[in-house]
Amino acid sequence: MVDTTSGEGHRGALPALAWKLVKIFASVALTFLGLLLVTFLIGRVVPVDPVLAVIGDRASQSVYDRVFIELGLDKPLYEQFWIYLQKILSGDLGTSFLTKKPIIDDIARVFPATLELATVAILIGTSFGIPLGVLAAVRQGRLSDQIVRVVGLIGYSAPIFWLGLLGLLVFYARLHWVAGPGRIDIGFEYSITSRSGLMLLDSAMQGQWGAFRNAFSHIILPASLLGYYSLAYISRMTRSFMLAELAQEYVITARVKGVAEWRIIWVHALRNAAVPLVTVVALSYAGLLEGSVLTETVFAWPGLGQYLTNSLQNADMNAVLGGTLVIGAIFVGLNLLSDLLYTLLDPRVRRR
Amino acid sequence: MTLLNVENLSVTFPSRHGPQRVVRDVSFRLGRERLGIVGESGSGKSQTGRAILGLTPTSGTATADRLEFDGIDLRNASHAQWRKLRGARMSMVMQDPKFSLNPVMTIDRQLVEAARRITPNRAEARDKSLAMLEAVQIRDPARVMAAYPHELSGGMGQRAMIAMMLITEPDLLIADEPTSALDVTVQIEVLRILDDLVTSRGMGLIFISHDLRLVSSFCDRVLVMYAGRVVEELRAAELSQAKHPYTRGLMGCLPRIDGGTRPLPTLQRDEAWAR
Repeated sequence: MVDTTSGEGHRGALPALAWKLVKIFASVALTFLGLLLVTFLIGRVVPVDPVLAVIGDRASQSVYDRVFIELGLDKPLYEQFWIYLQKILSGDLGTSFLTKKPIIDDIARVFPATLELATVAILIGTSFGIPLGVLAAVRQGRLSDQIVRVVGLIGYSAPIFWLGLLGLLVFYARLHWVAGPGRIDIGFEYSITSRSGLMLLDSAMQGQWGAFRNAFSHIILPASLLGYYSLAYISRMTRSFMLAELAQEYVITARVKGVAEWRIIWVHALRNAAVPLVTVVALSYAGLLEGSVLTETVFAWPGLGQYLTNSLQNADMNAVLGGTLVIGAIFVGLNLLSDLLYTLLDPRVRRR
Repeated sequence: MTLLNVENLSVTFPSRHGPQRVVRDVSFRLGRERLGIVGESGSGKSQTGRAILGLTPTSGTATADRLEFDGIDLRNASHAQWRKLRGARMSMVMQDPKFSLNPVMTIDRQLVEAARRITPNRAEARDKSLAMLEAVQIRDPARVMAAYPHELSGGMGQRAMIAMMLITEPDLLIADEPTSALDVTVQIEVLRILDDLVTSRGMGLIFISHDLRLVSSFCDRVLVMYAGRVVEELRAAELSQAKHPYTRGLMGCLPRIDGGTRPLPTLQRDEAWAR
């Protein structure tokens, strides 16, 4: 009798892994190159004259011509792209016309604020969204399912600035449960040295628990609102993935084995549903990392969304393109991460 | 001794044309013997098996005048009672290990999970699992334990499934088309393993299949189901003396190795059988 198992993956696993890493790296590099090409072309296509943006519209023609050549705009397009590529790879995103500082520094300043907000938000969204989605799937069509549906629908459709203002009115102005807009009270602002730019992390690592509590009470409201928004999506997707998994035969097998119902749901089925859920959570996180302009405006949160909107309104193309590049890189990175997690969670993908 | 006593078991599902009874007044008794249930797709044989285990899909309802397992009334069994019975005293092997094994858990985890019903000790459960894999004639149990279901062939997967279902030494095993998804060469092998284990441990077996010849060679008694009803019950050895026209029709449709009639006759159905 021939009973073969495809066990060759056990032998020679290391070269396979190395080969996989090479492939991943190549695809990331290619994606990133495409991203650079797009941002470069956008910069050349938009009707903002980069020369005028530098010298203002009152300079003489001779100054204009000199700057035109200094910026390399007289060279052919592919040469300009090559120069652009070299600059980007050496970490030079150009200078902001607005802040007169290197864009990389500007982004290094504003991005941690967004990163911190988005991370707390996705933690809230995931840790509530997944259990709620599971609950809705298990009690499909019953009252709790309907409640989760309505809660999700509100989160998805209510304008976030309105929810933000309402939240500030209730929890800050009336109940005094949380702190108001901003990342931290002025009093604490200079008591912690900024290392990572993440206030919660910095203050905790320096043992400044007062500052930590303050920063936390600032972040919790905007993060909950953004988390609520992603919760709506995550819980819906969890519900449908779980419904699909609970209808599978291995669930019947588990029942026949006498496995406890909670274990069937949370171990057997959710473990399978987790595979596609990774992508859902990663995409939600990437969306949050773009910086949410409305939330950041309502909560005076000095993040990427605000920075980009400001730059856009002032036709600061270097800053806009730099920010676009960063966001693009985040998407590529998170895609990569979710691919890797996929491999970790689903043994069937591993051998491919 | 009667292990299972079923009287007038019916399973009903709602449909667009009103409630549909897919199992209708099925009655039988089972001792520590091998009972075959044969019938075509949709004849209700699988739903009969699932109803005995209390696994009728939530949209359907199963009713019976009597449904007793070893003197325990299963009709109003609580969640806790079912959990105590399933796995430990009654279990089921399903058709295709590709779907019936959890794809993201190793055989180890799935097998040990079953074994821990009888031995809470993890190391002991693992030893038992390895021994059980050997009992289903897997030559390299350690490797199979470490494997994920997709890394096993159909035959291997089904043996792992059988090991999982028999590790607790249940009194009753329902085998629902256990070899239909396997290669013909592997089928006999898996069946022999199943037969050996069932016979040596003195279990009651309900063997559900659409393969009349297979069932008659493998079981002591055969129930023939048609449109949710048992149309005939007979001893496997007396299959050739079947009285019901449906059974006789099925027998007539079997191809013969020595050529025989060709083309094979089509089964002529009678409306009255379904009534």
